[in-house]
Amino acid sequence: MSAAPPAAPAPAGPKIRSLNCPNCGAPVVVRGFGHTLNVACEHCLAVLDAKDEGVRILQTAQQRERIQPRIPLGARGALRGEVWQAIGFQERTIQVDGIPYSWYEYLLFNPYAGFRYLTEYQGHWNFVRTVNALPEERPGKQPAAVYAGQKFRHFQSAVASTTYIIGEFPWQVRLGDVATVDDYVDPPRMLSKETAGGEFTWSIGEYVSGDEVWKAFQLPGRAPAAQGVYSNQPSPYKGQVGQIWKLAGFALIAWFVLLALVMTLEGNERVFERSYTFSPRSGGEPSLVTDEFELKGRPSSVEVSVNTDLSNNWAYFRFALINAGTGEAYDFGREVSYYFGRDSDGNWTEGGRNDSALIPSVPAGRYYLRVEPEMDPNAAPVYYTLSVTRDVPSYAFFWIALPLLLIPPFFVTIRSAAFEGKRWQESDHAPSRDDD
Amino acid sequence: MSAYCPNCGAPVRFRWSKAVQTVCEYCRSILVRRDVDLSRVGAVGDLPENASPIQLGVEGSYRERPFVVAGRIIYEYERGGWNEWHIVFNDGSSGWLSDAQADYAIYSHVPATGLPPASAVKPGLRCQWNGVVYELTTVTRAHYRGVEGELPFEYWDKEDVLFADFRTRDLRTATIDYSEAQPLLFLGEFTGFGALHLRNVREFEGWPRP
Repeated sequence: MSAAPPAAPAPAGPKIRSLNCPNCGAPVVVRGFGHTLNVACEHCLAVLDAKDEGVRILQTAQQRERIQPRIPLGARGALRGEVWQAIGFQERTIQVDGIPYSWYEYLLFNPYAGFRYLTEYQGHWNFVRTVNALPEERPGKQPAAVYAGQKFRHFQSAVASTTYIIGEFPWQVRLGDVATVDDYVDPPRMLSKETAGGEFTWSIGEYVSGDEVWKAFQLPGRAPAAQGVYSNQPSPYKGQVGQIWKLAGFALIAWFVLLALVMTLEGNERVFERSYTFSPRSGGEPSLVTDEFELKGRPSSVEVSVNTDLSNNWAYFRFALINAGTGEAYDFGREVSYYFGRDSDGNWTEGGRNDSALIPSVPAGRYYLRVEPEMDPNAAPVYYTLSVTRDVPSYAFFWIALPLLLIPPFFVTIRSAAFEGKRWQESDHAPSRDDD
Repeated sequence: MSAYCPNCGAPVRFRWSKAVQTVCEYCRSILVRRDVDLSRVGAVGDLPENASPIQLGVEGSYRERPFVVAGRIIYEYERGGWNEWHIVFNDGSSGWLSDAQADYAIYSHVPATGLPPASAVKPGLRCQWNGVVYELTTVTRAHYRGVEGELPFEYWDKEDVLFADFRTRDLRTATIDYSEAQPLLFLGEFTGFGALHLRNVREFEGWPRP
């Protein structure tokens, strides 16, 4: 047994196959090796049996005008970690309220990693693969499907028919094939169930930008802009709504802290207080001048308050805060009126017994108040207390800041809701369509 | 361990000591090992064009368990064909690497009783094994198309065979093979090409080997 046996034949690797279309004679390239079952001639659109030695013609339906795929058959691109070659292309069409909607599907192939799909609808792209698991369908008012712990909301169910085919497919494909497609979304992913001939296939798609597709396949020019909002298009506001409300929350906390600081740190120093009586009928001196009081420290706000015992009456107080040294005067007036009673709705009141005026930034010095009360000549006397407080906190800033703080989160929330509204407008669950 | 082909005299090497059947690489005789002798029980015709990147001798690992591809069974049905590659792990146990249009799954035979009879299999049937619910999704009547390399049992005189394929909520899967008198249960898991860490794979024209 010394004779060496003949060498075992080296296994030859699979080769790309070229054939001529038996319908039109045009060359047809088979790039899917032994996987390709059917191939549609790019020239005459005849569907051929790639497994048959004689390349039998399966369908020669004369189709409508040609569609030029954005990704040419044979083009290769690196997408999501693998190199893929586009080997098949089909257009599929659904009818919604009698209007046809068509999208394109590119079959991508890698002899090691297998098959993937790219779908294209008005500039929106999805990178799709079949799912070997069995997602859980949850029927109901808002049907859902759960796959790998992720819940997808039902978006649309429709019957899709194949309206254009070129290139290769590892399954039997014919013009006019129909399948029911149920789409469930959780942007940026979409879970789809396709049912045909009693069998179903699940697939999962991930939204990809046209730019990513263009870059991957080095396509000329720029990707066409996406039209409208697509079912699983990620919202530009996703995550922003929560984030901006969180920021607004922090801002509100800062708002409260500042408010508390202002309330505790501002001096709020009472520098004068005294009570008087004014009787309009006595015809007494209508004008009075208070004792002098001292305003110390930095220029600060000064609040002049008047607290009265008015009862179903009114009084007008004309004030002047006068600097005893310079004679500089701050003039202002306040009308105080307080009415109450009882009618068929019960007790009512109007106005109030007290009022105050705030003078910003009054410099230090000795001051006095000149007061001129005015009332109805027949009114009862009024007993009132004047008080002057220095360094009074001003809360106006806080009341202006509060709504300003809340505008951005409200704005983003509204924008986000509008985006979702546009998305679901196209679904089976559009609010307006429920009324039909 | 080596022997000689009783048909052509070429040496027959076994990758796996427990192999029951192999195919002579030279004359394609199907050789069955009974006791110590090899007997020729048939011959393999031309194998169909095959686009699997896997071939005999491919090495890989699955869940940290190294394996080598020792044999295969080829099936065909109306939608094409698929390969059941017989893989031998480094602990001597054997399993199956299924390649259907580059969709990969690893299976192993699991002794089971009370399997549904062939007459009862239809989509929607639910079975429970090892606490996991499996749902029958596809019944495939396939045609045995050929064998290659070493197999853990005699498998050469088949014609049409029936398979019931099950799926789960995750990537676990099951197949019941009705080609024998007693149905055989295989439990498995879908996996990706990259997760198998395969070496010595076939080369495809125009594609760099990964």
